[in-house]
Amino acid sequence: MSHLTDLPAWAAIAVCGLLLMGAAMTLIGSIGLLRLPTFYDRLHAPTITTSGGTILVCFASMLCFAVLQSRWIFHEVLIIVFITVTTPVTLMLLGQASLYRHRFEKPQDVPLKQGPHAEKDRE
Amino acid sequence: MRAWFPYPLLSTALLLMWLLLKQSVAPGTVLVGIVLSTILAWVLLKLQPPRSHLRRLGHFARFGLHVIADIARSNIAVARIILRSRRQPVRSGFISVDLDIEDENALALLACILTATPGTAWLEHDRREKKLLFHILDMDNAYTWRQTLARYEASLKEIFQ
Amino acid sequence: MTELAILWSILLAQVMLALAMAFALYRIVKGPHAQDRVLGLDALYINAMLMLVAFGVRTANTVYFETALIIALLGFVSSIAFAKFLMRGEIIE
Repeated sequence: MSHLTDLPAWAAIAVCGLLLMGAAMTLIGSIGLLRLPTFYDRLHAPTITTSGGTILVCFASMLCFAVLQSRWIFHEVLIIVFITVTTPVTLMLLGQASLYRHRFEKPQDVPLKQGPHAEKDRE
Repeated sequence: MRAWFPYPLLSTALLLMWLLLKQSVAPGTVLVGIVLSTILAWVLLKLQPPRSHLRRLGHFARFGLHVIADIARSNIAVARIILRSRRQPVRSGFISVDLDIEDENALALLACILTATPGTAWLEHDRREKKLLFHILDMDNAYTWRQTLARYEASLKEIFQ
Repeated sequence: MTELAILWSILLAQVMLALAMAFALYRIVKGPHAQDRVLGLDALYINAMLMLVAFGVRTANTVYFETALIIALLGFVSSIAFAKFLMRGEIIE
């Protein structure tokens, strides 16, 4: 654990804070995946992991390596870009697939294709 | 110029990604990156994606800032909803709105933004009826989300025309 | 002193990420519908990727970064394939 001693105090505090906040956001997202009652509610949980958790954790890693190696090369940017671009596509397709299957299996639970039930609330 | 670089934005993005992956700006790396990004842009030309013209880059930047602020705010709101979901069950629901955007790329961008925002999820868009069905986690804020969507729609129309 | 603090906070972050992975795994095992399981898999690979980034901060080794990038890319492809399969019953039309 030699390299971590080289971090100045301000950078250490910033890295710890970002890492802990990111991990907490990720945990909250997974708790949502665990607790929320229906599939469509659970669809919202991973976005909080990707938009909050990933960005904070990658910022922590970026700051750590930028201070340690004093090179301003941010390859964590690539992870952030890939995750923020790809996750919405996955979730959108999953939502569509789920809607399609629900309409086929239990049409009373979800809004119909076109019709008066489009505004219906779930009880 | 247009014949050599059919998609200048895409080529630049690919070049940047290549440089980030290789972690160097040596002349050889840059040269290989330029050749690769140009060839890949030609490949995309063969695929013929629907083109649209970006206008008013200043508007685009402001729109991006708005989106980032909305996503940050929604992150905190959804985290609070999840944390207190034991005591107070979530009130979620489906909403359908009229959406009058023709441009394919604008629709794709809007879909990505809506799904990336915690609290809203894009489900289905009917192109003939011009209706969009989406799901929100907090039904109490349905009115706010409708307003946000209308704002996005206006901005996207202005940018993509 | 700062070293000890940073080590403990990285450990704490990793414990939280591991807990998040466990919850996602629970959703894969339990999930009432097939789409719930795919959603759990999606969350699981993102959490695993963040765990690898945390390991990278702990050991200052760029190998972890490369692995995280590969997981991010391949996980996306697999999730898309699963979602298409759920919708149509076949992946390539």
